[in-house]
Amino acid sequence: MCGIAGLISQKRTRENGTRIKKGILLQNDRGNGLGAGYAAYGIYPQYADLYALHLMSGDAQSLNEAQSFLEEHFFIHAAENIPVWSQIIADHPLLYRYFVEPRIHLLEQTICESADDYTIGKVMELNSKLEHVFIFSSGKNMGVFKGVGTPGDIYDFYLLDNYEGYCWLAHNRFPTNTPGWWGGAHPFNLLSYSIVHNGEISSYGINRRYLEGFGYVCRMQTDSEVVAYLLDLLIRRHRLSIEQTTNVLAPPYWSYAEGMTKTTVRDNLIALKIIYESAMLNGPFAILAACTEGLFSITDNTKLRPMTVGQAGEYSYFASEVSALFEMEENLDGVTTPRAGQPCIVRLEEETASDYLEAAMQ
Amino acid sequence: MQNVITIPGLRSRFRPRFDREYCDGCGQCAEECSFNEIRMDTRAGKKIPVANGRACGACHRCELTCPRGAICITAEQMALRPHGIWQSDTVNRIHLQAASGAVALTGLGADTGIPVYFDQILFNACQVTNPSIDPQREVMETVTHLGRKARSLNELEALTSDRRSLIRLNTPLVFAPMSYGSINLNLQLAMARVAQKKGLLWYSGEGGLHQDLYPYSDCVVLQVASGRFGVSHEYLQMGRAYQIKIGQGAKPGIGGHLPGEKVLPGISETRMIPLGSDAISPAPQHDIYSIEDLRLLIYGIKEASGYKPVCVKIAAVHNVAAIASGIVRAGADMLYLDGYRGGSGATPAVVRDNVGIPLELALAAVDQRLRDERIRHQASIIAAGGIRNSGDVMKAIALGADAVAVGSACLLACGCHVCQRCNSGKCPWGITTNDARLATRLDPVWAEERLTNLVEGWHHEMQEIMGLNGIYDMGSFRGNRLILRGVGLSDRELSVLGIIHAGE
Repeated sequence: MCGIAGLISQKRTRENGTRIKKGILLQNDRGNGLGAGYAAYGIYPQYADLYALHLMSGDAQSLNEAQSFLEEHFFIHAAENIPVWSQIIADHPLLYRYFVEPRIHLLEQTICESADDYTIGKVMELNSKLEHVFIFSSGKNMGVFKGVGTPGDIYDFYLLDNYEGYCWLAHNRFPTNTPGWWGGAHPFNLLSYSIVHNGEISSYGINRRYLEGFGYVCRMQTDSEVVAYLLDLLIRRHRLSIEQTTNVLAPPYWSYAEGMTKTTVRDNLIALKIIYESAMLNGPFAILAACTEGLFSITDNTKLRPMTVGQAGEYSYFASEVSALFEMEENLDGVTTPRAGQPCIVRLEEETASDYLEAAMQ
Repeated sequence: MQNVITIPGLRSRFRPRFDREYCDGCGQCAEECSFNEIRMDTRAGKKIPVANGRACGACHRCELTCPRGAICITAEQMALRPHGIWQSDTVNRIHLQAASGAVALTGLGADTGIPVYFDQILFNACQVTNPSIDPQREVMETVTHLGRKARSLNELEALTSDRRSLIRLNTPLVFAPMSYGSINLNLQLAMARVAQKKGLLWYSGEGGLHQDLYPYSDCVVLQVASGRFGVSHEYLQMGRAYQIKIGQGAKPGIGGHLPGEKVLPGISETRMIPLGSDAISPAPQHDIYSIEDLRLLIYGIKEASGYKPVCVKIAAVHNVAAIASGIVRAGADMLYLDGYRGGSGATPAVVRDNVGIPLELALAAVDQRLRDERIRHQASIIAAGGIRNSGDVMKAIALGADAVAVGSACLLACGCHVCQRCNSGKCPWGITTNDARLATRLDPVWAEERLTNLVEGWHHEMQEIMGLNGIYDMGSFRGNRLILRGVGLSDRELSVLGIIHAGE
């Protein structure tokens, strides 16, 4: 059992973490204090074009090694401690963040198709090569803040009142099949893809092997991390739409797909099921995923984990429990509970030139 | 009689015992025994069956057909002074060969005590945090597609429709290749009917396709073996897919043998060989001396058949992973992997028992190698060789098989009692013979019912195993080795199998 909360402004109106905190704190019983975390999008407008790398390290020596590694491969525009309130959680790893761009001459020397591929490669390399240190957030203009503690403690520890984002994810963890450690807390992130997950992924064994075939390295000792990597593979590398991606991760049953009367829809669905068989998620799950296009939820076909959605004006809210939706917004226009296997997708409105200007001026 | 083993001076290891109280001397047992173990004698004016003690192989035909239930087969092991090395089988074989000078032939798969790794692997099950799914109440799907798949949607869209041929199975089971000639046509007919009815595949084996089976060609994988029996233009148009047979688990490195005595009219016609001539397949395919030749044949068959999927069958041998990689790169759409315990109608015992490696290790190595080389999607893996039950099937799938082939178990379903004399052509159950008198013992309607029941029973069990692991689609079970744990295996074995030890 875990708790999930999320909110998004389709117009990219930014706000601090107050409301998401209320949403996740109401679901305190869904966790056991062994993990909580948040992801916020739009929080680093001054560095919007740079990869914001959040690092955790067990000791200073490892952090230094990581920094040398990053300096070698990236141009570091800014680096700083992630501000934390140590009195809340005294026993915490070193937390550091870097705003970087790939070194152009190195990027050109590689066979990587893009700066994103290059960055992922280096994130995976650092995470698997170096001990006691890893990158847990690597997107642009977004960040993940997570650790071992209750959602309230983690929120206060990271001073999330001080960040303003247009999309927030929150998670309250009750780990059962993997250890409660800082890296194992949700959200899991790769580039701009972040996920929070309630449940267990029984297909993890094959999902992981499948991802390894595309160069991803799974190191977080927990099943949920594969979902973030699958999103990167499907949406960014294979250029599937979010709808197609949800049909890969939580596909309809064969009996449903094969029985469809519209042949093009049916054939596309079956093609996705065949090609991406090993990417399909199985087991009980409700997942809330964020990317640069928006926020979306998926659940397993028997809906063994809850997910509800509320909407009010430009805002959409997601939570494990309906009451949490009202905790985030009292005056909801509507509340829906997606049926088993039914995805719920909220897209951001297109960015306009003035948005960029505004962001640049801040 | 150079090549026929007789057994002078040796007693059989089994013997029919007759309960005189019940026997009414009807003589059916003598009729049923195709090995002439039983003859009818008249003693004190009463007809009684008498065993000669030389030929009983424990097929249990007499016992199970006796109308009075008056027969019991007993083990009659000759009491040898115990010796760890010179055990009775070993002694027996030397006596047999000394008497005949022949290659000792046998049937079925190896039973030498080499570990059956399936027996040392256990499944996981849901407890508390991930609920099991009940196949009696929830959807539980086993749909499987075989053939070359695209790696991404873009890649698929770049393919023309004639290059997208995949085979859909309702459940990942196929009937293993057993040729007409090695087995009864009625059994092939039963397999073909069940395959068609249940959405599975059946394999013709190397004996061609008898015309009675043409109506079932939409679900048959037709074989092109080294003897090229029955291969014609029409044959290359007819099948659902084609299989190039390179090797067989029961006899890696040698070809199929069908003695002239078994080449009866229907078989001669189907194989396109003269009546009564030995059908000895060459050990290699004489147009394949290396991988580039295999590629030529694969594409030759594809061109001839209109780009139907081509499967290559190999025996599991030491360097199987590298060979498999070459085969997939040569263009095969399916790789049929036949393990050490794979069955046979007739194979030299020395080959069956001493050549090749267990399926589990080969399968794990091949699946991993193809993944490491990122070509796993290019070919489906069909695992075969001594699959005994649905547990073996699901373990093979979790290790990485796309589908699993069932051969010997089909024979058992149709009455076989594992007497291992398939090579004799005298199968008392009419399974591995086409002898006119014996072949009628296998009723195709009854055999179809038995195979249907077997497939349905296994299918239910496979669904149970998926459900208790919280998985509702076979796709999430396939290659999912975290579901498996090893017991009593060394680190090396675990590492080849790609699984971890129980308790970890």
